[in-house]
Amino acid sequence: MQALLEYAIVGGVLYGIFFGLVAVGLNLIFGVMRIINLAHGEFVILGGFGAYWVSHSLGLNPLWGLPLAALGAVVIGFPLYYAVVPGLQRSRDPEMLSFILFFGLAQIIDAIISLGFGPDQRSLPDEALGGGTISVLGQAFPDSWWVAAGVSVLAILGLWLYLTRTRLGFATRAIMANRDEAYATGISVDKVSAIAFIIGLALAGAAGVFVPYLQGSVGPGIGNSLTTTSFAILIIGSLGNPVGTLFGGLVFGVGSMLMQTFYASWSDLVPYVLLVVIVLVRPQGLFGKAVRHA
Amino acid sequence: MRESWFKRARAGLITAAVLALVFSLAPNVYNNSSLLFMMMTYIVLSQGLNLLYGFTGYLPFGYVGFFGTGAYATALLVMKLHLPIGLAIAAGPIASMIVALVLGPLLRLSGAYFSIANLAASQILFIVIGNPNLQDITGGPYGVKIDEVYNPTASYAAMVVLVVVVTLIATFFRRSRFGQGLKAMADDPVSAEMSAIPVVRMRLLAWLTSAAVAGLAGALYAWNLSVFYPDAVFTLEISVFAIVFALFGGVGTVLGPIIGAGLLYALYNAIGISEPQYFQLIYGVLIVGLVMFLPEGILSLLTRRGINVF
Repeated sequence: MQALLEYAIVGGVLYGIFFGLVAVGLNLIFGVMRIINLAHGEFVILGGFGAYWVSHSLGLNPLWGLPLAALGAVVIGFPLYYAVVPGLQRSRDPEMLSFILFFGLAQIIDAIISLGFGPDQRSLPDEALGGGTISVLGQAFPDSWWVAAGVSVLAILGLWLYLTRTRLGFATRAIMANRDEAYATGISVDKVSAIAFIIGLALAGAAGVFVPYLQGSVGPGIGNSLTTTSFAILIIGSLGNPVGTLFGGLVFGVGSMLMQTFYASWSDLVPYVLLVVIVLVRPQGLFGKAVRHA
Repeated sequence: MRESWFKRARAGLITAAVLALVFSLAPNVYNNSSLLFMMMTYIVLSQGLNLLYGFTGYLPFGYVGFFGTGAYATALLVMKLHLPIGLAIAAGPIASMIVALVLGPLLRLSGAYFSIANLAASQILFIVIGNPNLQDITGGPYGVKIDEVYNPTASYAAMVVLVVVVTLIATFFRRSRFGQGLKAMADDPVSAEMSAIPVVRMRLLAWLTSAAVAGLAGALYAWNLSVFYPDAVFTLEISVFAIVFALFGGVGTVLGPIIGAGLLYALYNAIGISEPQYFQLIYGVLIVGLVMFLPEGILSLLTRRGINVF
């Protein structure tokens, strides 16, 4: 019993830290642009397929999927931002219309992945990230889980430093606080937002590299559940705060693992129940101030 | 001066009569009646979604939850309590309205928060009903079977009636003070409240109506299919299709969802069943294109030329 509990908690912490990374890109984009990137889960999947391609076709370590994700985010994100975001922000109902537009985009990406790679689930070799296990409290987890959690912490920390220690980060936070005032103070809102958009996509793609390890495999069709789970996590952790998202990931991860250990068939409910309850009881998130931009 | 009710309802009556005629006669010339049945189901679902989204601005991403609830309520009442099929079907919309009441607090949220929370709620229903632990009660992942009441002709006729009823409800929303009030709320809830429109109660009424429509569609679908698994009536694809079809035609109108569902479901049958990825690609591109260039749907091509669309 105690061993099971320890297993669930250690596993939940690793799993949760990783899910902090899965969700943090969605948080950044929503915080800065007030746009719900409903294709977020699909960008995560693209990252996973990138890693698969790097590992299978080029024979490299799947970790090369990380720089590939960053490159892909620039190549896709830059034109995508200028094609749709400024137009949406001038429209009648930016939040809802962007929601629908990105939902369409999710369908496009999903279809392209299915057409390009086939509908199969893909997995990656364990040996590439060590292949052994590391134990804490006598609970052994594969090296890949520890690598994923380590990269996630570094990425989230990096984002936090960017937002709190750099000029661009200050500008980004100013836009999060009030877009119009940021504009009035001479911040080039579009440029800073485009960079935030690209960072958000890059973080999603980077998370995707580890999805085959943490979830067992990656394939088209899991995008929706990744997006909803990310949304639940970002709401738990409150908007605009990457450290809050990490915390939200931990709540989700430990909750999920406890359910999986003790009531396995109900564990899929965790993100959805968390989402509905938090959105109703405390929509500003556990860390957020009592402001709601719903 | 308000026109007489007949004058206001005329376009709706004509539309309903045309639909009834087309779908009653179609099986004589086209023998794939399950396709026709599905097309009607999607007309009903797109219109039901339009009642909420087109008139209140709340986009229910988990709309399929009401559909599945109605289907399961009907199937389980026939299986477990051996109720006559008529009563069991009546229970479908009641069950989905109960679910809608429980989810009522979601209406306090707005915009995307509502949509995502509603999506999560439909997933919760799906996971609970399809759960292996509840196999004795719901059939779990193995689904339900009510082939003893299977009657394709009667269920087809019932769906034709539902298409007519939903068209008339949409006409009421479009042409009545109630519908105008809803639209005023969607534009500016605070001003609407100050103009003595009972915002909360009316929004809840639209929500319940929309849920009941999906529940009834689910009930008839269960009757027509008679054997199904939980994912057949809870798949997110049903929500997605209803949203895409309604948006494509144009929400906030009566004709939009009918035209959208008719055209796109026919397209889906032409290419979507053998090549689902190509169909997904097409409607993905359609959605992006619509939002960017035609956010009011294809019927707005007429509205922009000054033609008043019903």
